[in-house]
Amino acid sequence: MSPLTLAEGEELDGFRIGRRVHTGGMAALWEASHPNYDFPILVKIPRLAEGEDPAAIVSFEMEQMILPRLSGPHVPRFVAAGGFDRRPYLAMERIPGPSLLPLVQNVPLPIAEVVAIGARVADALEALHRQHVVHLDVKPSNILTRPTGEAVLVDFGLSHHAQLPDLMEEEFRLPYGTAPYMAPEQVMGRRSDPRSDLFALGTLLYFFITRERPHGDPQTMSGLKRRLWRDPHPPKRFRRDCPDWLQEVILRCLEVQPERRHPTAAQLAYDLRHPEGVVLTARARKTKQDGWSKTIQRRFHPDHQPRFDRAPKAAEYAALAPIVAVAVDVTERDTAVHSALRETVGRILATLPGARLACLNVLRQNRIALDSTLDESGRNKHLQRLVELRHWALPLGLPEGRVTFHVLEAVNPAAAILEHARKNAVDHIVIGARARSLRRRMLGSVSSEVAAEAPCSVTVVRSRSTVAVGEAA
Amino acid sequence: MRIAIFSDIHANREAFEACLEDSARRGAERIVLLGDLVGYGADPAWVVWRAMELASQGAIVIKGNHDEAAVTNRGGMNPDAAAAVEWTRHALDAEAKAFLKALPLEVEEEDRLFVHADPADPAKWNYILDAEDARRGLDGTHARVVLCGHVHVPALYGLTAAAKLVSFRPVAEVPIPLLRPRRWLAVLGAVGQPRDGDPAAAYSMLDEAANEITLLRVPYDAVTTAEKVRAAGLPPSLATRLLRGR
Repeated sequence: MSPLTLAEGEELDGFRIGRRVHTGGMAALWEASHPNYDFPILVKIPRLAEGEDPAAIVSFEMEQMILPRLSGPHVPRFVAAGGFDRRPYLAMERIPGPSLLPLVQNVPLPIAEVVAIGARVADALEALHRQHVVHLDVKPSNILTRPTGEAVLVDFGLSHHAQLPDLMEEEFRLPYGTAPYMAPEQVMGRRSDPRSDLFALGTLLYFFITRERPHGDPQTMSGLKRRLWRDPHPPKRFRRDCPDWLQEVILRCLEVQPERRHPTAAQLAYDLRHPEGVVLTARARKTKQDGWSKTIQRRFHPDHQPRFDRAPKAAEYAALAPIVAVAVDVTERDTAVHSALRETVGRILATLPGARLACLNVLRQNRIALDSTLDESGRNKHLQRLVELRHWALPLGLPEGRVTFHVLEAVNPAAAILEHARKNAVDHIVIGARARSLRRRMLGSVSSEVAAEAPCSVTVVRSRSTVAVGEAA
Repeated sequence: MRIAIFSDIHANREAFEACLEDSARRGAERIVLLGDLVGYGADPAWVVWRAMELASQGAIVIKGNHDEAAVTNRGGMNPDAAAAVEWTRHALDAEAKAFLKALPLEVEEEDRLFVHADPADPAKWNYILDAEDARRGLDGTHARVVLCGHVHVPALYGLTAAAKLVSFRPVAEVPIPLLRPRRWLAVLGAVGQPRDGDPAAAYSMLDEAANEITLLRVPYDAVTTAEKVRAAGLPPSLATRLLRGR
């Protein structure tokens, strides 16, 4: 038997081979089990027969390099690999359940469902980008879902790892990818920009809500390049009930220049989870494509053709464009703490032009009774807090796109802040230390709990005079 | 087996000691010195003595152009290097010179070739500076993995059966798989005189079982080393470049 095929019941390095589950252009997938592993396993065998695409070999090599270096819930766990010197295979955790591919049968899908999918996939992309990898083949069939809900990205055969040699790039002059989902810069052969994955996700969201692919499914190089100068129909043309904010987000993902897309997948996920914070631009209300004069200019005028500069490496993005959350206790009457907090936040934002700020305030709920959302004077507490938060942030002079405001209703303020940070991939929490020590003693210190438990950096801000007063008390 | 490979030590005792210590901590089981033990630095006698000691414990030691120059009359060096060679000659005793003179130009072990400069013709001391040099170098040998130095700037080149070549600048601490059946040529960074802008000493760890190579950087007391270079009366530029890594 050829070393490159398998049969059910065969054994390979201790793996008992089961059913063949998939045969793709570059590889075949088999179910497998191994006495040392208590989870289901998938064995991938590259297609290397005569006449097969030579990219199959290189993409298998890439995946063999990249997969063992990835971890976390958003990728399948690496189990083992065999190289070309013996018998090439890749064994990994098998994620049960279907990919997003079957959903394609039912498009267009409900808006809320598509938004939820988008946010989950963006989380997975963020996790991947932080591990220095750009996927470069994000599409429904490469996205699985864990029983616990996390999106799982599979197939790293076309991926780029910023810290490893890019074998695909050296080997092939033609771009590799999946035609409808390929970002313009990827079409032009640039493989190192994480924002290429945001373009692909934008394409997926567009397709899921409209049943149309923004740039069709071209089969030629010139057809692929069309996306560099021809803008897609706005989603609203096909889906009247597409909200302005969602069209804004999708068209931003589909921008030709990566710099005009969301700087990170985390920021895209943030937008998808907080529609109210999305700043609407001309994109939001577009009802038709750009006119021909603009299009022709983009296509033929050298000054209007897109240029793709060197992109920062995958993991550098998070550092350049972090999500900073500031927890503001607007009920705190000590203005010194407020201004110290604002100063600290201002300094952080000044050094990071891509950063965005989430201003958080926790509206404490009663443990026992259900709180009335109206206070004595009849004003809505929640709204009032929002107004106060905005007032606090006003001196920072931030443009709308860089700041969002959130009033979290919770029994435990620290837990609410921590949950927000975890859910939204916040990179840095800035929080003030409570001034009056008596109150701190009774309620516990929110800042110390946040600092101890946070998944990211935490800056605790105090104003000097406050400390002196507090300690004297 | 983990093989720690040190190239271009250049009589820099502080850097060499720091790297040896680091490699021991990381579980190195074998040591290879890839040439240019001496030249430029102020501690040639100590470095050669240490190399002899390591060789007696089984280390592979390769000859570099500076090692050759210290024991034979040979031109073709820039003025600073030539001045350092002259100084080095006086600093070495007969035993050290005999050791340097007897060093091999290359050693092949399993599928690996250790050599100081261009593997295609080691005695010519040509530099591997780009993909074309690397291709020629790999064409001139049959080893699957070639490890050389001489350039003082780390780089990695891979060659497929289809003669396509990848070039890559390795990132410190990130293991790079030397995939089979590709052939690879690794240019190691310098222990004793880095020139890639990072003054930290560079060496590499080859993990035989995992088939991976990792570039490692070790900060060392370069101020002391530079001080010694100056005190020895060597050209001052040889001292300052250690602090800048250029």
